[in-house]
Amino acid sequence: MEGEPAGSGATPPPDPFAPRSHRFWDRIERLSMRIPFRLKLAAVWVGIFVILGALFAAVKFDTGWMRDHAWFIIRGVWVTVFIAAVSIFFSIILALLGALGRLSKNPVAYGVAGFYTSFFRGTPLIVQLFLWYLGMAQIGDNLGGTWRTLLVWSAVQAGIVGLSLNYGAYMTEIFRAGIQSVPHGQSEAAEALGMAYRQRMRRVVLPQAFRVIVPPTGNEFIAMMKDTALISLLGTSMGWADPFRRGTLLGRADARSLEALVVAAMVYWILTAIFSFFQRKLENRLAKGYVRQVAGPERKPRFISGSAGGGYGGGGMMVQVPAPDTSEEEVEPDG
Amino acid sequence: MADGRAVVRVGDLHKSFGDLEVVRGVNFEIHEGEVVVMFGRSGAGKSTVLRCINFLEDPTSGYVEVDGIRLTGGHRTRSKREQIRQLRIKTGMVFQQFNLFPHMTALQNVMEGPVSVKGFPHSQVRERGMYLLGKVGLADKADEHPIRLSGGQQQRVAIARALAMDPKVMLFDEPTSALDPELIGEVLAVMRELATSGMTMIVVTHEMGFAREVAHRMMFFAEGVILEEGTPEQMFEHTRFPETRKFLDAVL
Repeated sequence: MEGEPAGSGATPPPDPFAPRSHRFWDRIERLSMRIPFRLKLAAVWVGIFVILGALFAAVKFDTGWMRDHAWFIIRGVWVTVFIAAVSIFFSIILALLGALGRLSKNPVAYGVAGFYTSFFRGTPLIVQLFLWYLGMAQIGDNLGGTWRTLLVWSAVQAGIVGLSLNYGAYMTEIFRAGIQSVPHGQSEAAEALGMAYRQRMRRVVLPQAFRVIVPPTGNEFIAMMKDTALISLLGTSMGWADPFRRGTLLGRADARSLEALVVAAMVYWILTAIFSFFQRKLENRLAKGYVRQVAGPERKPRFISGSAGGGYGGGGMMVQVPAPDTSEEEVEPDG
Repeated sequence: MADGRAVVRVGDLHKSFGDLEVVRGVNFEIHEGEVVVMFGRSGAGKSTVLRCINFLEDPTSGYVEVDGIRLTGGHRTRSKREQIRQLRIKTGMVFQQFNLFPHMTALQNVMEGPVSVKGFPHSQVRERGMYLLGKVGLADKADEHPIRLSGGQQQRVAIARALAMDPKVMLFDEPTSALDPELIGEVLAVMRELATSGMTMIVVTHEMGFAREVAHRMMFFAEGVILEEGTPEQMFEHTRFPETRKFLDAVL
């Protein structure tokens, strides 16, 4: 028991009659208990990368080529971020309109919003993208005149339209749920003050729904960054080539597709990891404003020894595991 | 008091929820400066009547009149919605669950109505908001969010928020029912003071001490109608109906 804290000293002495193997695993387990979880987790990740590295080495992975050409692929990342940012902006507007429509008693608004979400959630994104890219151009061709030029969209334009509409339809549900999460009493209180629908939404309901809407919207943004890769399939020009398109083109040309695609995948992975980090921070910050700040237990008297009635009920927990520095204050005789 | 001008008139008010008729023909007039307490068992229709006055519930039939604006229930056209809004501006409402806006501070809650509904300038409203918070004894909590206030404090802010609109009549829907017993007193004190200042008030409550002391008139609701009404003295000392007596005995 030397040096061991009293609280964790609960491990029983090894059983002398236990079979040898059993004792071995016991020892491993006891050893493992001293290593913090984070450290073990890091070891697991390192292990995975070592195995992957060994595997790649075994299949003659061309790291030299990767080093020389990675930058070319990485450079396409701004296309990904740009398209995702523009599309998420439009899809937020669409989602807000869609949600208000789905919550409206107006049959036109409700019906249009219903059609919108049903169609764009009910068909594959890739089909929608091609519809905007090829379908619209054909419509323009048939209509003739100025339509011919107006409806011929570049792959990026069609991509932004397609992603915005598709994600807007999915996010309609997020926004609707967010708005509905605001208690009805809030709306009533605003109505009782004489606020009209728009004021009620803008001043009372939406600011509160925002808290519920932001975290899943962050998720949608991250998902969208990955889906921007689909636009490559429309055949983007080199000026607008994202990491995926750059990877496939260069990989095929040099017969290094595996290396090129691994680089492209890493670009998306790192990108989403960065945004996930910021999203988590934002989520925590949004939660903070609403959590009641209770004075921590350290501000309360920790122990009321000898006071009539025994003080706090929670004090019992502290008696069981007396911390070394409080033991002097305690008058409790310890065996 | 009763000779003042009628601020609220309710005529032959009916309200059904589906097949259930909760309010079955209610008539009354409430005069300027009058304090009326509505009481009765839950489900007797008193809260529904109160909520019909500012059209949070839509009357099935009958009319409601507040300060000269007379409206009936039914489909809400654009102009009807605007009339309802005008009527609501003249009425202040205090809810059982306070319903303060959690994303605003106490002061912002109080300022919200005058600023966004009446379009008054910020600086002027702020001053009046502080005055009203002072009146309910919470000037020092002006910058706190509702979550950091006790139930009693929240309800007092809610009263200040309603008062900020300069209503002709204040409606209280069981304002102390959601409060811990030790917090009821502070809210009733504010209401008592408001009554003394001459505010027209309709209060749905079970606080019979408050009713006896402050009300000019009491209405006993039973099964969707006003079974009996009169001064607190009449109600407490000379009830005409055994139902009223029974209810009073139960709550007193």
